[in-house]
Amino acid sequence: MYRNTDIINEGSQSPSFGEAGDLVINVGPQHPATHGVLHLVITLNGETIKKVEPHLGYIHRSIEKMCESLTYRQFIYVTSRMDYLSSHINNHACALCVEKGMQIEVPERAQVIRVLMDELTRIASHELWWGAMAMDIGAFTPFFHAFRERETINEIMEDTCGARLTMNYMVPGGVMADIHPEFQKKVKGFITLFKSKVDEYAELLTGNIIFKNRMKDVGVLSKEDAISFGCTGPVARGSGVSCDIRKWYPYEIYDKLDFEEIIETAGDSLARYMVRLREMKQSVRIIEQLIDNIPEGDFQAKTKAVLKLPKGEFYSRVETARGEFGVYIVSEGATTPYRIKFRSPGFSNLSALDHMARGSKLGDLVAMMGTLDLVIPDIDR
Amino acid sequence: MWSLNKISDNIHHWLNQQFSPTWALIFEMVIAGICVISLFAMLGLILVLMERKVSAWMQIRLGPNRVGPKGIFQSLADTVKLLVKEGMTPDGADKLLFNLAPFIAMIVAMLLMAPIAFAKDFQLWDLNIGVLYVSAVSSIMVISILMAGWASNNKYSLMGAMRSGAQIVSYELSAGLSILTIVVLTGSLKISDIINAQADGWWIFKGHIPVIIAFVIFIIAVTAETNRAPFDLAEAESELTAGFHTEYSGMKFALFFLAEYVNVFIVCAIGATLFLGGWMPLHIGHWQAFNHVMDYVPSSIWFFGKTFFLIFLIMWFRWTFPRLRIDQLLNLEWKYLLPISMFNILLATAVAILGWHF
Amino acid sequence: MFIIDYLKEVGGAVKSLLKGMRRTGYYFTHHKEIITEQYPDNKATLNLAQRFKGEVVMPHDEKNEHRCTGCTACELACPNGTIKVITQFVMTPEGKKKKAIDKLVYHLELCTMCNLCVIACPSDAIVMAQTFEHSVFDRSKLTKILNNPDSKIMDGVE
Repeated sequence: MYRNTDIINEGSQSPSFGEAGDLVINVGPQHPATHGVLHLVITLNGETIKKVEPHLGYIHRSIEKMCESLTYRQFIYVTSRMDYLSSHINNHACALCVEKGMQIEVPERAQVIRVLMDELTRIASHELWWGAMAMDIGAFTPFFHAFRERETINEIMEDTCGARLTMNYMVPGGVMADIHPEFQKKVKGFITLFKSKVDEYAELLTGNIIFKNRMKDVGVLSKEDAISFGCTGPVARGSGVSCDIRKWYPYEIYDKLDFEEIIETAGDSLARYMVRLREMKQSVRIIEQLIDNIPEGDFQAKTKAVLKLPKGEFYSRVETARGEFGVYIVSEGATTPYRIKFRSPGFSNLSALDHMARGSKLGDLVAMMGTLDLVIPDIDR
Repeated sequence: MWSLNKISDNIHHWLNQQFSPTWALIFEMVIAGICVISLFAMLGLILVLMERKVSAWMQIRLGPNRVGPKGIFQSLADTVKLLVKEGMTPDGADKLLFNLAPFIAMIVAMLLMAPIAFAKDFQLWDLNIGVLYVSAVSSIMVISILMAGWASNNKYSLMGAMRSGAQIVSYELSAGLSILTIVVLTGSLKISDIINAQADGWWIFKGHIPVIIAFVIFIIAVTAETNRAPFDLAEAESELTAGFHTEYSGMKFALFFLAEYVNVFIVCAIGATLFLGGWMPLHIGHWQAFNHVMDYVPSSIWFFGKTFFLIFLIMWFRWTFPRLRIDQLLNLEWKYLLPISMFNILLATAVAILGWHF
Repeated sequence: MFIIDYLKEVGGAVKSLLKGMRRTGYYFTHHKEIITEQYPDNKATLNLAQRFKGEVVMPHDEKNEHRCTGCTACELACPNGTIKVITQFVMTPEGKKKKAIDKLVYHLELCTMCNLCVIACPSDAIVMAQTFEHSVFDRSKLTKILNNPDSKIMDGVE
């Protein structure tokens, strides 16, 4: 049993406990700011952070190993449990990889539905991030306001996919079912609601002077560092790295769509915040282009009952709400993959936290963690 | 006009007829103590419910609506729950200080009740340095927080306590200076004198620019002093889990919780007394008829109305703004509020000397 | 100049804070915007999505007949081993031996509602039901047998 004074005066011999005079605190695995079971060992000098050491493994379920015993139709649903906020997009990446291996042509209607669902998921994920991040830095009200819009998306998902969070709607060759007859009407309703409410976000947070001061010049990540840490998604784009998979390696019909890749150059928390806010508007733009132009046709390609990927290695990547999500399958020609590796965006983004946090205050850490948009099962898998 | 002081006078006379003056005084003290404690309990219940309802409506929720009609017994049910919970003392804690801290927080809040005028001539102790007494006693609050943080033997608690220490000590300066503005204008530290000086209009109207500036600074400073969001760094839940009361549970936690709400009530009562005339009805200069109509509203309703308006304002802040960072918090005080209030007190002095107020 | 900038900064800050307060004040006074659903109270009027995946059920018609042939396609499609098909041989009226299900055991506690069994079923014998209140006091109650006792396969389903 250490007294406070013992740790302050003597420290400990363990290397993770730092030098004498350091104050070491454990943020997590149960902590209000970590949104899950992330464990950060933080070495402090007063209020100033000297070192942040993430300890992982509290929610490691060996999903990659599990997938090796599941067939190519079955393993897709497990990936919903990784980054549960963009489960559609994870499933999409897996379906793409299997389709690449099997050389399945996905009907155009299925492609459009997939893209629509992806963008709805992206908005839902960013809505939740917006509320949760606001809660991290002490504003409670935005959380409920964000959930109002997110609830509308969840209802759309429930209508079409039958579930609100872990939809399992993507199958190799298309989507599991056709869209609900009221899908278009409801999506248009959501767009109207979103457009009428998105200005409130600026009133509640974006323009707020306290918020700006909490975010500006906090957790600065330079362009070089963002690349060297392997950051992707809004985190890298906030540092000025152009890395949107939808633009660089277009999949489905993204190359035919008119949207912008959002890039902010400041690299601080405010830049990452602005990237996500503006991305939501771009997603709405994509949905608006597609919602009235869903082509007729099949929603699923004809596939064999048992899928067997040819011998070889297959990789596909998509842009989730958090960054680049990659699926790497090694096939031996059997019905189950020989080896699967998921490249999850959260893991790389988290690795930049220590670099960003050094020298800033403890209160800044939650702002940084908020704008990194960490989803712990995505990091641990 | 119906007023509370008739009741208190009757009790006073009756006690003095029945007993010797010494015993009468002792009985009066006991009665006052009971009144304060029951007011505490009532305030705790009402303010917690009010906070939950205000937050719910701002967050497009319904709030508590299950216990009793429209949920009015929710805070009572919570209190019963907290009462029957085990009050744990951690193994490594300093037992004496750990258990003492919540009581100090409560005692400070109780002491602050003394000079507050709840209605016309209804005041426990109208001492001649009333305002100074309030500023002095409210400083003791920080001791209970530091004590709780240190004795808990928890690093989160310690950090919360240290933050709170820095925060309360610095914000006391601008709170004191803004109180001083009114003292300068009134020329007295006595609460009843300050209220009587507002018989022809509240200071916030009479004193125009300097008093409005002082009022704004006062509200900001007391929000910080009572550790309310956006200045709730002492308990910043996303950073320090619960700050200085992380290790407290059951009734000991409830005492801190109650002390926080009672402190909010007290600072708002002081603010209402100094700037909005306390129990004084809304009087405008020489409009005799208007003033007469306003006098029909009981003075206690005026006092509680103003106080609860200020409490609502502080709750409104809490459910709108994000939390500040510790260095920004101190910057705000030392770089913005303190210079402004120092300049403001010069302005107020000039206004008072030259008689530019109404 | 410095003083003007300083005052402008303070003014802008106060304005941004007031904007936020106006927004929360709006919601404080407009109770029509409240979105809370009081769940058990509104149970009668609750509209569940048609496709909501609550649990796997096997519909029976009024003659206590189902459509399951016991082909075990669902069992093979399930990623978690949620479904176990136990077959038996029954005698048809013509005197031939025929495979039919004895029990279709469904472990709700293992099910992830992925819908793969339903789309794998060639004879549409199982569907997703919209029930969602699955809490029970004993875990063994979550293991269900989907076919009714003494139920038979429908005529014409092969």
